[in-house]
Amino acid sequence: MAAFHFELVSPEKHLFSGEVESVVAPGADGQFTVLKDHAPVMTTLKAGVVTVAGGDGKVEKLFVRGGFADVNASGFTILAEQAIPLSEVDIAKVDADIRNAREDFSDAKSDDARLAASDKLSQLQELRAAIGA
Amino acid sequence: MPSLKDLRNRISSVKATQKITKAMQMVAAAKLRRAQSAAEAARPYAERMESVLANLASGVTAGGPALLAGNGKDETHLLIVATAERGLCGAFNSSIVRLAREHIARLQDQGKTVKILCVGKKGFEQLRRQYERNIIEVIELRGVKQMGFDTADEIGKKIIRMFEEGGFDVATLFFSRFKSVIAQIPTAQQLIPAQIPSNENAPPVEGPQASYEYEPGQDEILSTLLPRNISVQVFRALLENAASEQGARMSAMDNATRNAGDMIKKQTTIYNRSRQAMITKELIEIISGAEAL
Repeated sequence: MAAFHFELVSPEKHLFSGEVESVVAPGADGQFTVLKDHAPVMTTLKAGVVTVAGGDGKVEKLFVRGGFADVNASGFTILAEQAIPLSEVDIAKVDADIRNAREDFSDAKSDDARLAASDKLSQLQELRAAIGA
Repeated sequence: MPSLKDLRNRISSVKATQKITKAMQMVAAAKLRRAQSAAEAARPYAERMESVLANLASGVTAGGPALLAGNGKDETHLLIVATAERGLCGAFNSSIVRLAREHIARLQDQGKTVKILCVGKKGFEQLRRQYERNIIEVIELRGVKQMGFDTADEIGKKIIRMFEEGGFDVATLFFSRFKSVIAQIPTAQQLIPAQIPSNENAPPVEGPQASYEYEPGQDEILSTLLPRNISVQVFRALLENAASEQGARMSAMDNATRNAGDMIKKQTTIYNRSRQAMITKELIEIISGAEAL
């Protein structure tokens, strides 16, 4: 299989850069896979897991919390709001965060606060599901 | 003529000061390394963001969202002045403030309304004297140890909210770009309307450009990307600022340490000279006393 250039950057870090064979990303309208010579696409991302398959059969999984994906002729770029390799996620901490988010949600007074809390909760649950898998 | 004891005191106090400046220089050097790598780590994101935005904006025909095209007016200007929380870093704070001040004077000459948003205490303290009434808010970063994206995002959202409420027409961000340890360049950057770098310098992308597919729609992407771009630019400015501050402090403290060294050398020479003069004087007294007998 042919390789193409993939980059994953978050505001704080340059997480991935290199030649890969395929990338699965959680698009706003559903998951999509990018292979070499994909048609140019620009899309927003929702919280989820990006799966990167390198040329040597190595598979890397990273959790992203929203962002943008830009596929063009020169390669595939993900601008993530926040990204973290799944291997570095601390399960106990995520569980604690979920508990906190649930409390925030039930304590929320205004609609805005409730919406923010439920957004956060769903992101965390997404992350938890990704680790569990 | 100061007595020997005075000289000794003076030398020891300069030595104590030198120890402090030396320590501050080393702390700044350690912090600089961290701040610099953080600033460098943030660069690729901001650069990608710019190219994605340029890509998108080139496809937008006339008008577009207010964040991109402006709201058609040019009356009220918001100046976001990002400075440090602490002093003792050479001309770092004052050079940013000076640039902002020049800008303010120019705008006021043209009869525009100026609003100031201070990020960091030092800039506020310097601007307060002259432009107290123009300052609408001060954001202190004292509690922030490691600059995270969330901090910048909050500031970015605040700016956007103000813009949507019609608080201003044009926003400009002032900060210091980190070039090297000895060179920091105070910079003004226009945030709203967004300045899109021309795509001409970018390497030409092969293949048909127009066939971009947008998911969901181009406008939706643009309307999420533009606010985000502002937060990213603020974040980048804060990181560059943090690195510049440490760089400026490091060279300022290096100068101070060297200066203290010079001072100690000079004072020690004076001390030794007057000590020797005293001994000579005593000897002369003894000898002339003995001769008199």
